[in-house]
Amino acid sequence: MTAAAIVTLTGLAKRFGSVTAVERVDLEIRRGELFALLGGSGCGKTTLLRMIAGFETPDQGRILIDGQDMTGVPPHRRPVNMMFQSYALFPHMDVAANVGYGLRRDGLPAPEIARRVGEALKQVRLGDLGERRPAQLSGGQRQRVALARALVKRPKLLLLDEPLAALDRKLREATRFELVRLQEELGLTFVMVTHDQEEAMSMASRLAVMDKGRIEQVGPPHEVYERPASRFVADFIGIANILPLDGGRAWLALRPEKIALFAARPDTDHAEQGRIVDIAYEGDRSLYRVGLLDGSLLQVSTANTARIAAAFRRGDDVWLGWAADAGHRLDK
Amino acid sequence: MRLVIALPYAWLGIFFLLPFGLVLAIALGSAAPDSAPPVTLGLSLKNFALLLSDDLYVAAWLGSLRIAATSTLAALLLGYPMAYAIARADPRWRPILLMAVILPFWTSFLIRVYAWMGLLASNGLVNQFLRWSGLVGDPGTILGTEWAIHLGIVYAYLPFMVLPLYAALEKLDGGLLEAAADLGANPVVAFLTVTLPLSLPGIVAGCLLVFIPAVGEFVIPDLLGGTGTLMIGKVLWDEFFLNADWPLAAAVAVCLLLLLLGPIALFQRQQARSLERP
Ligand SMILES: Nc1ncnc2c1ncn2[C@@H]1O[C@H](COP(=O)(O)OP(=O)(O)OP(=O)(O)O)[C@@H](O)[C@H]1O
Ligand SMILES: [Mg+2]
Repeated sequence: MTAAAIVTLTGLAKRFGSVTAVERVDLEIRRGELFALLGGSGCGKTTLLRMIAGFETPDQGRILIDGQDMTGVPPHRRPVNMMFQSYALFPHMDVAANVGYGLRRDGLPAPEIARRVGEALKQVRLGDLGERRPAQLSGGQRQRVALARALVKRPKLLLLDEPLAALDRKLREATRFELVRLQEELGLTFVMVTHDQEEAMSMASRLAVMDKGRIEQVGPPHEVYERPASRFVADFIGIANILPLDGGRAWLALRPEKIALFAARPDTDHAEQGRIVDIAYEGDRSLYRVGLLDGSLLQVSTANTARIAAAFRRGDDVWLGWAADAGHRLDK
Repeated sequence: MRLVIALPYAWLGIFFLLPFGLVLAIALGSAAPDSAPPVTLGLSLKNFALLLSDDLYVAAWLGSLRIAATSTLAALLLGYPMAYAIARADPRWRPILLMAVILPFWTSFLIRVYAWMGLLASNGLVNQFLRWSGLVGDPGTILGTEWAIHLGIVYAYLPFMVLPLYAALEKLDGGLLEAAADLGANPVVAFLTVTLPLSLPGIVAGCLLVFIPAVGEFVIPDLLGGTGTLMIGKVLWDEFFLNADWPLAAAVAVCLLLLLLGPIALFQRQQARSLERP
């Protein structure tokens, strides 16, 4: 365990009947970071989070939080708070009572509770809604009540299960920055589950990519993006062209934006000839699918910096060029 | 279409308003022991005045309310853990457990009360067991005491307590208990601050469903209670059949209805509210 680790998971495993939800996970989460657990549906993200919170008992392995072994410690004694995917707000209490619930359990004096509840509501910009019931709030407001309720105890570790999933796209993007701001301002450690890779990339200081209960790769977003550890990661994070190398024993991951389009043969390190199969116009950029002479397809993206872009059309014969260090070699 | 709307009103008119009007009319008349029926109609409130002034009737009212209240409390204390256990049981077992709660309804109420008479008699099974086990030296006779009445009421009305409690507890989102634990509540505190308040509609409904019929209960105090038992249902019976004082019996019935109007209205409001906010 390094000094900076607040959570250390060793050999953690959990099965539900015949389903292996989490398989031999080793992971360290550092103090003060915003860590994202990223993976497809059913890969075990929620189960991993619930084991840290104490709602599931691991079949194998150990969980250390702040150096203390959590084996046998019930949820209400763990220095951890969780923001639930469904929010789990108490319907019979108003917003202020929901937020103050954890402080009342700690036996704080009433004026202190009122002060901290007010502070937490202000932090999530809900200052004047303290007397509403959860049923009288919008989805975005409920999300912020859940966040305030989890934050108000200043836990060593805050677990967030898909905190933004129930919000619409605009609100989700605005809330991303809000979460990062709070995490930095309060100096807390966040572990956030998400299946949205864009969300994980834009928010996290480090992230783990999970697949079928295992952790495939852990690292800062740019590293995971630029140097994926496996074909699964390369494919899951962003778009990747995966080209076979060494007669199929290794692969090259080549991102679409690392490839340039030319009308004539370029003098880049690599050049291939092909024909544009289709173009997806996405506003800020266009994604081309180019069929090579050997029949394979490559995806190329270009930034639309000029207003009238369409330099190439569907069916045009083009050249693709990329630098020698543009791709990343994958061994699995 | 009109017929469908008219049907409940017709039903209410024929089976509630009409008989109630008759009972009220009798209550306002006076007894005429030699005629048949033994009533002379009139417009006198003397039967009601008697009910309020005679200590015997007042004691019977208070006795009914007291016995109904303690039985309701006992049914709640027994029914809540049952409902809780059923709501937490494996979903496959729940219908079977609920069935077990309702099963006694398949035999006649009267027969079940008679069965209790046998069980509670001085040489009944309960006393035989108590003597055999040596727990109690001389158990005395349970039959004919208030204990027996309580036992009978709790036994007879327990399903009315368990079913609404189960309905409330089964709806409870387990995630809320996890959230409470996550925020530092131990299981007891989580129960008191989350489960209990959220099951309050079920508690109110169950208590009223037991309390309301228990107040006017006649069969149980008559068969299981002693001759000295003062419950208003028994007084009504005695006035009607033993004293043939129809007007007084009718006045008792009217008062009983008025007395229960409060709890019934409470029950209705509570039901309406829980429909509004599921
Ligand atoms: N209580 C449970 N009983 C049985 N199986 C379960 C239980 N909880 C989870 N599983 C199974 O374990 C696997 C991992 O589930 P988990 O909820 O951790 O996935 P997830 O990564 O959070 O998925 P999602 O993104 O859809 O929320 C799934 O196959 C799921 O069906
Ligand atoms: Mg999940």
